[in-house]
Amino acid sequence: MLGKTAGSLYWMARYLERSENNARLIDAGFRIALTRSSTARSEWRSVLVTAGQDFAFRQAHGEDYISQRVVDFLLRDPANPSSILSVVKRARDNARTARTYMTREVWEAVNTSWMTLGALLKRQVREDDLPDVLAAIRRQSAQVGGTFSGTMLRNDGYNFARLGTFLERADNTARILDVKYYLLLPSVAHIGSSIDNVQWETILRSVSAHRAYHWLYGTEISALKIAEFLILYKQMPRSLAFCCDQMNDNLGLLQRSYGEEAEAVRMGTAISRDRLSRPIASIFDGGLHEFITDFLRANAALARQIERDYRFVE
Amino acid sequence: MLRGKGWRIHFFDEMTGQGGEVRSPYREYSDWFGREDTARIQRKTQQAEAFFRTTGITFNVYGEDEADERLIPFDVVPRIIAASEWRRLSRGIEQRVRALNAFLHDIYHRQEILRAGRVPVELISRNEAFLPMMMGMDPPGGVYTHISGIDIVRTGADEYYVLEDNARTPSGVSYMLENRETMLQMFPELFAKISVREVGDYPLNLLKSLAACAPPACNGTPTVAVLTPGIHNSAYFEHSFLADQMGAELVEGHDLRVVDGRVAMRTTQGYTPIDVLYRRVDDDFLDPLNFRPDSVLGVPGIWDVYRAGAITIANAPGTGIADDKALYSYMPDIIEFYTGEKALLPNVPTWRCSEPEHLREVLDRLPELVVKEVHGSGGYGMLVGPAASKKEIAAFRAKLEANPRNYIAQPTLSLSTVPIFTKAGLAPRHVDLRPFVLMSPQGIKITPGGLTRVAMRKGSLVVNSSQGGGTKDTWVLED
Repeated sequence: MLGKTAGSLYWMARYLERSENNARLIDAGFRIALTRSSTARSEWRSVLVTAGQDFAFRQAHGEDYISQRVVDFLLRDPANPSSILSVVKRARDNARTARTYMTREVWEAVNTSWMTLGALLKRQVREDDLPDVLAAIRRQSAQVGGTFSGTMLRNDGYNFARLGTFLERADNTARILDVKYYLLLPSVAHIGSSIDNVQWETILRSVSAHRAYHWLYGTEISALKIAEFLILYKQMPRSLAFCCDQMNDNLGLLQRSYGEEAEAVRMGTAISRDRLSRPIASIFDGGLHEFITDFLRANAALARQIERDYRFVE
Repeated sequence: MLRGKGWRIHFFDEMTGQGGEVRSPYREYSDWFGREDTARIQRKTQQAEAFFRTTGITFNVYGEDEADERLIPFDVVPRIIAASEWRRLSRGIEQRVRALNAFLHDIYHRQEILRAGRVPVELISRNEAFLPMMMGMDPPGGVYTHISGIDIVRTGADEYYVLEDNARTPSGVSYMLENRETMLQMFPELFAKISVREVGDYPLNLLKSLAACAPPACNGTPTVAVLTPGIHNSAYFEHSFLADQMGAELVEGHDLRVVDGRVAMRTTQGYTPIDVLYRRVDDDFLDPLNFRPDSVLGVPGIWDVYRAGAITIANAPGTGIADDKALYSYMPDIIEFYTGEKALLPNVPTWRCSEPEHLREVLDRLPELVVKEVHGSGGYGMLVGPAASKKEIAAFRAKLEANPRNYIAQPTLSLSTVPIFTKAGLAPRHVDLRPFVLMSPQGIKITPGGLTRVAMRKGSLVVNSSQGGGTKDTWVLED
């Protein structure tokens, strides 16, 4: 397949994942803003930082982290290249470029997403309507994901799209941890003592895992356990370990069908082996913040290597 | 001197003739329609629109916001052509396409037709569409116009005219295919009742036809690719549709480079050579080294690969000289010169404004004529005399007098009508027809029917999609 097409499938998947993640971040931020108006502004700021859009927001609106303004910026501001609307548009552009490599069902799902969100986000969303709009965004994303796994051939194109999904997801989970890591530090919440209830729930909600956590760990809430859940727990589909396994599976399949040793395969394996095959206590020992910073760097380097190895661009 | 035939006030309707009884090709459809609930058809029309939107069968209008993708209106009433009518049309089309190819070969080799004085030399030598670099070139398989579209209008039960030839990169075939697909989904019962000739094998025929023109450098199964300017091009949907249906790669200029004397595409595993490139970019943009240096749509050096016989470019560069509007009026001579036969499908009588005598007559009769720019397309920059105001005519007269060689004029044809579905029932609208013709060393293949374009506005004679025209499914009946 064309390198450009591989790149388009990869970026389509990344952008779709990003739109879904951002919808989840807005949802979590919105809950806090509703229930704790005193911390709303700092919460919105941390949502913007997690989404990598704080700088752009401050350029446009200064330090005025008002709910309505932040939500509008994240959802639909045409001047914000990372707004959900812009990101879905770019996902669709990439899908159009790679149109010949996807089934009609997948293309129509992506195209329908773009049309639906375009209509939903035409005007500023009223606070009352926000939960419905966010649900619609998640529904569109699920629709694409479902048709993708249900109709796509399991060939190299599929592998590139999956790589995009899991690179983006790993990046997102790591960023959430990065922004909130101070809440998880033992100095703030000693092992055994509980951290701020609403705060931990926000973290779990932003990865759609607050129920899964309880199901797994019961009612005991500890910083160590949350970190373990999000970093190392392999059955959790947004954990770093899960994402890395998926990336390595897809890189392995590419290696097998191309019969070619790629540097990206080695790098992916190294991330799992050197960073994610150790107990959570040892990660805390080395410093959670340092761990996450290092992971984000390695993940980004892997992304660049994939683009090079598979000739996305010249 | 040329004389228009005198214009009828009434138009020929393909369903009811001169407004009388339903003509035989439409009889079964008309019976069916009479029994149908119009509310149901109304609903189907809306479904069709939603279908086109989700499928992404849209086009971008140049100069407008890129987010503004438009639908070409689709009308659910088919345009129906009898088997005997189609036989006659297709013979004429085939003759015309053969002549166009023979003309192109001649014009880029010995130029016999110029020596014989049948076409004026300056019409070629001063023409921007003429590509001197093609002189002496033999395109693989001897084919210049792999794909052409011949625009035909009907003016009576037995009267057809060729309005223009499209020998560069005619578009619209994806609409022909999707229109049929839509009709099959909406009204399957109609196709069970009425035997309509298939059009869905066009992509496969296109692939076969292109592969049959593979260059000498090709060994094994030819690799075919479609070259598109990219997703912002107005016909991008069609480019990706055709590539998809053929199972060919859809490439852009930046996917390609010359490697070891071949044009190759960048794949995830390195560069792979292409044998046949179905390009949907204009000649000018093909090769920044040999044509427009600012082009980013083409491939630097492709021209040299082409000359060395290591790639087929479809259509061949330089075919624009054959569909130039200034040459159009010579087509009857061109057909006779190369085939030894009279043209089976007549040209529309045409005044060449570059000739003083013609110009004088055109200026005299401006309110009744259609005047077109020689190099224009898409229905832009033209005057439809009978539909224009006095002021518009006066303004156009000034333009025409200032630069007469830029224009040709034709009588306002009484284009036939076919009914469209409106809320008030069936209503006649003017149509034209673009059949698509494939040519390879194995022969000429014409898809039965083609794309019917329809002026959706009452009384309008302009069918171009850029001017609010729509399309219809076109049925050629089985014998």
